[in-house]
Amino acid sequence: MSDPPAAASPGSDFAIDVTGVTKRFGSKTVVNAIDLRVRRGEIYGFLGPNGSGKTTFIRMLCGLLTPDAGTGTCLGYDVRAQQSDIKRHVGYMTQKFSYYEDLSIRENLDFIARLYNLPDRRSAVQCSLERLGLANRSHQLAGQLSGGWKQRLSLAACLIHSPQLLLLDEPTAGVDPKARREFWDEIHRLAAEGLTVLITTHYMDEAERCHRLAYLAYGKLLTHGTLDDVLASVRLTTWSVTGPDLLELAKKIRGLPGIEQVVAFGTTLHVSGRDAAALEASLTCVRDPRHEWKKIRSGLEDVFISLMDSAKDNFA
Amino acid sequence: MSASRFTLHRLWAIVLKEFIQMKRDRVTFGMMVGIPLMQLMLFGFAINSDPKHLPTALRAADQGPFARTLVAALSTSGYFTLTHEAATEAEAHRLLQLGEVQFVINIPEDFSRRLLRGERPSLLIEADATDPSATGPALNAVRAIADHVLDRDLTGPLARLRAKAGPIDLQLHAHYNPENITQYNVVPGLMGVVLTMTMVIITALAITRERERGTMENLLSTPVRPFEVMLGKILPYIVVGYIQVTLILVAAHFVFHVPMIGSLLLLYAVSLLFIAANLAMGITFSTLAKNQLQAVQMAFFFFLPSILLSGFMFPFRGMPEWAQWVGSILPNTHYLRIVRGILLKGNGLTEIAPHLWPLLAFLVVAMAIGVKRYRQTLD
Repeated sequence: MSDPPAAASPGSDFAIDVTGVTKRFGSKTVVNAIDLRVRRGEIYGFLGPNGSGKTTFIRMLCGLLTPDAGTGTCLGYDVRAQQSDIKRHVGYMTQKFSYYEDLSIRENLDFIARLYNLPDRRSAVQCSLERLGLANRSHQLAGQLSGGWKQRLSLAACLIHSPQLLLLDEPTAGVDPKARREFWDEIHRLAAEGLTVLITTHYMDEAERCHRLAYLAYGKLLTHGTLDDVLASVRLTTWSVTGPDLLELAKKIRGLPGIEQVVAFGTTLHVSGRDAAALEASLTCVRDPRHEWKKIRSGLEDVFISLMDSAKDNFA
Repeated sequence: MSASRFTLHRLWAIVLKEFIQMKRDRVTFGMMVGIPLMQLMLFGFAINSDPKHLPTALRAADQGPFARTLVAALSTSGYFTLTHEAATEAEAHRLLQLGEVQFVINIPEDFSRRLLRGERPSLLIEADATDPSATGPALNAVRAIADHVLDRDLTGPLARLRAKAGPIDLQLHAHYNPENITQYNVVPGLMGVVLTMTMVIITALAITRERERGTMENLLSTPVRPFEVMLGKILPYIVVGYIQVTLILVAAHFVFHVPMIGSLLLLYAVSLLFIAANLAMGITFSTLAKNQLQAVQMAFFFFLPSILLSGFMFPFRGMPEWAQWVGSILPNTHYLRIVRGILLKGNGLTEIAPHLWPLLAFLVVAMAIGVKRYRQTLD
């Protein structure tokens, strides 16, 4: 591998540093002027509803798509002009399993290792097999693996060339909780070794395991920062109610002024809204001594749903 | 940028992967070998451009010796087999209409009498000419028969009725296939047809399949170059193409006894160009198609003119100029001439050279479109 050109600055603090990145497909703007900076060694969570442009944005970062507008660097390489340099240093795990089902685990890894022309291919393949616990299954065809094992193979394959940046597109969709936890432990180990990880997910518990978060809807970046930053960015007030006949209560209060979300959680009901005064005014009308009301910290999910609803208002 | 240059190790990675996948997909591989053999046996034995023993009805109003001689001669020519007797013209026409017979031989009632008087009696042969190639050879044979069949019966004073020799002594030499054996033409031709079909379809699916299964996105995110992917997918199938060529040549020699006058080595060498041209076409289709079904349909649209306009089924020179022009673009047209030229005529490199350039041009254009289209796979 050759040295990066002088223009690139691999020593910079940011693995990803882009501004105004835009992508249109026909008349539809899928990614709309996104600015994003991701520090080296950071686990960056990328959240947003389906079709919000997360995948398209990631594809632009790893050199698969060329942005229509915007500039920036990925690992110090220009995202528009140095796509082939980016490809050599980035590991990209697609949303759908995208290795060869009619090849064994070892053959898949060997194929990828050859494409990157790794100097000591055999030991690189063996090493990645062992690291992800695939060694004793190495002769199994990829098509016969369960979801969790396919995900491990994908991770092994996109790590085989020791990338500096890992782009993971919904890596844990359809994977059981234990495999998910192991996967995240591995991600944290990698980040501790200096790898930067950008990961998209729909799971709130996973979002909470990221160093920083960004929320994307309708191609726009609605908020970003640490978990606390994101929670604070929306002034959401949430009340928790316990007691009898919660279903009836939910029916009654839905649609009252100031009440934006009513969500049932087993034996409790969460009621939230951005206008604290209006919310409380509405709640006093339905107070019932049988219920116990408690003001709680808003959850990430409440915040995101509130963000999405307000974004819909702006874009519709 | 160092990563954008073509490298052998990445090409080799693709080639190896394709071979492993081919090995796993036994059904497809079996078909690649089975299809040529099946088609060779089917068409090699089935297609005959000189049909004989065609069902014929006889309406003989004159049963005299001359009429009998004539009918016997027509039967022994091999083209006519008497299957029906028709008493009336209406009955004879009904047999033609129903397709029961291909020909009706009408002998008028005063045939012998008028012949003896030197009045040149008419002999009417009616044919169901909906398919001209079925009746053509038989009707040609009739002329020669009619001229001389009665020579032996016309003796003594009747000898004056014999046909006189024409002003020209006509000599016909049918070179390369004097016995007019259809298989000499069809079997070498099948080589181009079989290769066109299997090679185009198999590669038309190659990239479409990667896209459908999602593996393409992964390939694109690695440093592998479009040209490496295409070449890597083409090379393994060149091996398959050569297996097919060999199978057909072996069958042509041992089963159909097709003469092989020219150099087989030359034939193998130029086959590379033809196989590669078809593979490049398939790859180009697979970059245009959105799914595997579309890819197969495109391959089929390419396959039809390759059979019908290439000179495999119908004489190339019989087509109007624009159709010949279309045919001249198709690789199969040139390959057919090369194969027939080498096998039947003993052509060498200089004789086939005019057909190599079109093949090469086709290969380069198809490959260029394919590589250009592949770049845009995601954007």
